[in-house]
Amino acid sequence: MQPFTTLSGLVAPLDRANVDTDAIIPKQFLKSTKRSGFGPNLFDEWRYLDVGEVGQDPATRRPNAGFVLNQSRYRGAQILLARDNFGCGSSREHAVWALVDAGFRCVIAPSFADIFFNNCFKNGALPIVLPTAVVDRLFSEVAQQPGYRLQVDLQSQQVTLPTGEHFSFDIDGFRKHCLLNGLDEIGLTLQHSAEIRGYEARRRNEAPWLFTASK
Amino acid sequence: MAGKTLYDKLWDAHRVYDNDDGSSLIYIDRHLVHEVTSPQAFEGLRLAGRTPWRRDSVLAVPDHNVPTTDRSQGIDDPVSREQVATLDRNCAEFTITEFMMNDLRQGIVHVVGPEQGATLPGMTVVCGDSHTSTHGAFGALAFGIGTSEVEHVLATQCLMQKKSRNMLVRVDGRLQPGVTAKDIILAIIGRIGTAGGTGHAIEFGGAAIRALSIEGRMTLCNMAIEAGARAGMVAVDDQTIDYVKGRPYAPTDAQWDQAVAAWRQLHSDADAVFDQVITLDAAQIAPQVTWGTSPEMVAGVDGYVPRPADLSDPVARDGLERALQYMGLEGGVAIQDIRIDKVFIGSCTNSRIEDLRAAAAVVQGRHVAANIKQALVVPGSGLVKQAAEREGLDRIFIAAGFEWREPGCSMCLAMNADRLEPGERCASTSNRNFEGRQGPGGRTHLVSPQMAAAAAIAGHFVDIRHWQGGH
Ligand code: SF4
Repeated sequence: MQPFTTLSGLVAPLDRANVDTDAIIPKQFLKSTKRSGFGPNLFDEWRYLDVGEVGQDPATRRPNAGFVLNQSRYRGAQILLARDNFGCGSSREHAVWALVDAGFRCVIAPSFADIFFNNCFKNGALPIVLPTAVVDRLFSEVAQQPGYRLQVDLQSQQVTLPTGEHFSFDIDGFRKHCLLNGLDEIGLTLQHSAEIRGYEARRRNEAPWLFTASK
Repeated sequence: MAGKTLYDKLWDAHRVYDNDDGSSLIYIDRHLVHEVTSPQAFEGLRLAGRTPWRRDSVLAVPDHNVPTTDRSQGIDDPVSREQVATLDRNCAEFTITEFMMNDLRQGIVHVVGPEQGATLPGMTVVCGDSHTSTHGAFGALAFGIGTSEVEHVLATQCLMQKKSRNMLVRVDGRLQPGVTAKDIILAIIGRIGTAGGTGHAIEFGGAAIRALSIEGRMTLCNMAIEAGARAGMVAVDDQTIDYVKGRPYAPTDAQWDQAVAAWRQLHSDADAVFDQVITLDAAQIAPQVTWGTSPEMVAGVDGYVPRPADLSDPVARDGLERALQYMGLEGGVAIQDIRIDKVFIGSCTNSRIEDLRAAAAVVQGRHVAANIKQALVVPGSGLVKQAAEREGLDRIFIAAGFEWREPGCSMCLAMNADRLEPGERCASTSNRNFEGRQGPGGRTHLVSPQMAAAAAIAGHFVDIRHWQGGH
């Protein structure tokens, strides 16, 4: 996994609440058996006027000029500014893969849906929760200032505005450690194999019916 | 010290070790797998040269992409076919039990698990699917995970998790006739919102919940995720134990007695403390109909679509306007005046035998209205389908103008050929009314099976409590 340490990135605003994972990456693209290549179909139904199909050449699509992320001023954005309950709905990790594939490494919102939030950390992306009042202010500054950028520093857990003001955010120690170092969580867990086996031995004794084979 | 909640008990029983930051490594007893969220996980295992930790804990079934029409000739759509074939190959390579597409036991993963007894009280159950919350109906800790977590569970049998907060949703009193578990959960979501349960594990309790059948409890827990909670659960009682008994994966003989004794402990202690408690009166719940593009946009069938002008918060007003525009509805319209084009009875929320019986009882001896272009009944599994056919439900539906299909997710998310055309309006027993969920531009109204069946006959929504069966 790509480590996440600091990021200075252009900010793109998506000013709606409850953006669900069906909207982030529509279901027809879930048929892929790969982890990459979802970027061109990020927010497909909002970004394009025609209906998206698997395997189209993005160059042949009709973009929706009215959709905010299609504005040239947001091209190359790495930070998505969003509203409450971002990433609700289905557990599809494809939503995070699409965001990352499209260049986003960080999403800032007042709240996130739990599964999406978790999925971010597995893909080197950082979801940041900031208070609604701060997010409101960021939305208005982004709108007013073309080229608006934020600095994100994971080590110090701070988002810094162009004015130099900064806001702190929370993150669990374990997740922070994994993100900063780009660690493979499976490898870390497997270092505890003996404890897992110890747990299994104890449980097998207490609750043997949990270990009946599927058939 | 305060007693433990059901969630506390399940959590504590599965902790392998704790980290300093409050997260714990949690052991997973049952891992359900489907074709959409697993290919990249298996690929990850292969690339790292890893093997599944406990193959016998995994049960796989294709459901999202399978056609619901005759499938003896395989799947037409090459991309869907490849995804199902990839699951078959992965299960063969890693020797994982799979109910393949033409197995009688195949169906929607959340219907199949409980039906087989692969979901048992007291288990941790995960699946790369948010509606895994369904299995909490058995007093299990069940939640959806992403694909990286699917790989993590395959490789280690564990997940690193942070404990959620405890929320109790207590529904007291008795439901009115015609009002169902689906209406309870939609009413709850209408009250607390789609983020109301975020960060919480919800336990559903109270007299109205205890009175629900196990299938009703599955419907309820299924949509805990739509209330923002990864897990929903109901305490074990006699009904739970009766339901599990005799199922293929359930324990037998001495182990059965030992298991039942343990399962009897699976309830919150009387002095347990919840971080949040919400109460509802069952008698006040009307049949529910969603009118917007989020499950919290819901009203009683005797209600109206809200007017944007009545909202003062600009983000909320904006959201409402956008939803009404997408849905092709005006604020102030009576729910019962909304006419529909299609009807879908199915999905992991409402495709079990009791759902089909309830819908069949409504349509028996009647016919779908002239404006209904298509009415689908998609049983949750091959075994549900077989049971329904033994009871003659298929003939009731077909005589009423419904199509009787093969089991799968179908029009719940329209990954196969079953979908809405742009602008089409559907009464659906599924769980999500997001934009495009049932097909690009499609408009979904979430309802109970009885309400969907009655809407099919009437051509528009009707109040099942008073409806006499006319057009
Ligand atoms: S029926 Fe619908 S909600 Fe349930 S698992 Fe299938 S797609 Fe998901």
